[in-house]
Amino acid sequence: MHAMTDALTIALSKGRILEDTLPLLAAAGVEPAEDPARSRKLVLDTNLPHVKLVILRATDVPTYVQYGAADIGVAGKDVLMEHGGRHLYELLDLGIARCRLMVAGQPGANAGTGSLRVATKFVRIARRYFAGQGRQVETIKLYGSMELAPLAGLADLIVDLVDTGNTLRANGLEPLEHIADISARLVVNRASMKMKHQSIKSFVDRLEAAAGDAAAHD
Amino acid sequence: MKDTDFSDDNLWMLPEGVDELLPPRAWSLELFRRRILDVYASWGYELVMPPTIEYLESLLIGGGHDLELQTFKLTDQLSGRLMGVRADTTPQAARIDAHKLRRDGPVRLCYMGTVLHTRPEGPGQSRNPVQVGAELYGHAGVESDVEVIDLMLETLRLAGIESPHLDIGHVDVFRSLAADADLGPDLENRLFEALQRKARPEINELLRAVPDARPRERLAALCDLNGGLTVLDQAGEHLHDAGPRVQNALRHLWALASRLEHRHPEMTLHFDLAELSGYQFHTGVVFAAFVRGHGRELARGGRYDGIGRVFGRARPATGFSTDLKQLLAFAAEQVGDHRAPGILAPWSDDPALLREIRRLREGGERVVLALPGEPPPQDGPYDRHLVERDGRWRLENLA
Repeated sequence: MHAMTDALTIALSKGRILEDTLPLLAAAGVEPAEDPARSRKLVLDTNLPHVKLVILRATDVPTYVQYGAADIGVAGKDVLMEHGGRHLYELLDLGIARCRLMVAGQPGANAGTGSLRVATKFVRIARRYFAGQGRQVETIKLYGSMELAPLAGLADLIVDLVDTGNTLRANGLEPLEHIADISARLVVNRASMKMKHQSIKSFVDRLEAAAGDAAAHD
Repeated sequence: MKDTDFSDDNLWMLPEGVDELLPPRAWSLELFRRRILDVYASWGYELVMPPTIEYLESLLIGGGHDLELQTFKLTDQLSGRLMGVRADTTPQAARIDAHKLRRDGPVRLCYMGTVLHTRPEGPGQSRNPVQVGAELYGHAGVESDVEVIDLMLETLRLAGIESPHLDIGHVDVFRSLAADADLGPDLENRLFEALQRKARPEINELLRAVPDARPRERLAALCDLNGGLTVLDQAGEHLHDAGPRVQNALRHLWALASRLEHRHPEMTLHFDLAELSGYQFHTGVVFAAFVRGHGRELARGGRYDGIGRVFGRARPATGFSTDLKQLLAFAAEQVGDHRAPGILAPWSDDPALLREIRRLREGGERVVLALPGEPPPQDGPYDRHLVERDGRWRLENLA
């Protein structure tokens, strides 16, 4: 069979995931033909003729993989939690692009029993988190600059990814509650996993070894 | 586009995920439907037409939470009871076999009709699929699984799909491993959910709650038990000390695999012991057909023994179903609109013309009346017309 040369499309997102994934991909034997951070191309060839990379917005990675437009993707657990559903395989925790999903606001803003307004791009996660605690909140979907919302009086709290917390502090906010630890996951389309099994399995095994080595060196 | 096109008041919008078939696809689907039902009849599958709505409890038999979420509900004004619009015809067929037909021995039923889903089952899927399927009751052996898989493959072949990939699992492996490990319903649900995503880190995290090593290792092994036929060997090793139900399941899979390999040597078989779609409904082997370039399964089925118990008779049961509208996308070339060009006839009361029109139509021709003062119809090509020559109606080619 020609199973080892199945065409594979790998979806990545620009930014930290791309920076942290490329070394792992290289260790697993996949290197882009040109620098994705500089190239304006959205589809990149690699050193392997049957493997292509597509560079997407982070929130679009699960969608591409779910529909089978990409066989494999690397997406943050935050994006996957917000995307929801069990239509994707989440085979590996790559241990990269680590951060925390937090509730943040001005000091003490999460205290009190009144109804709170929460601004976030993670509406689904925020609803579930607060509902799970029996707290009633109103969620406001925003697409950027979460930190502005409490300052401008739009919201009491925000739910956002926190890495160092510097942006929060610079705006007089602080992390208040920890929702989840986030890292990037390897996701695979269900049909691809079944129909291109050997190719995907060997790629996943190599990537897992690379991620394990990287973690050991941390 | 005009601003008014965005208004919520327009009357031409269909609800999201709800679609309809227009000419000529609707006719293609009808032709396709007829061919499929002819084949099913030639295999001895009898057609049933269960109602679109019935009491909710009857529809949800064995279906669990997922099916309940998928079912539109309404109140019966006559009895005050809750009714459901069927989201799956299989429980209705099981009800008919168990309670209405009450025959001994194998019963073969098939059905075709619209079902409604409250939410699309997967990305891009219709909420009003035309479900076609076949069910075989009264036989518990692997032979009846082979038969329904054969019929499923035959259905795909009618759509021009010659060599699908077949994915095979067995829900009793997970179910009995979960029972052996004494997981309890909450942990079992969470593990089931994580297994569906093959999320190994989460699975290992959840399994920490299982105190005994071997039950924990056996459940953890499921996540990697997917691939070609060798998976069954690996399963035999990893699960060698599991209980008799697991051994039975593995034997069933072996028997199914060897018969399928014998019958369909060209088909790729893929095994996945963590594939649990329809987990609550199914009791044994589950299978699904995949096609290259299509990110989700095209047809699926499995064994659901004993579901008829609540209808009075517990019977072995196996079957499959698929969405005819999805198949039609593949079948377009097979069942395309091959209508011959038609005939135009003038509007007239002349009995001789009416007789001639009837004669032509009975001969299989498409004859359409040109209504006075209107342009010719646009439903297809016309290459001839009826004209009166010397008191007789004759066919002549249109210029």
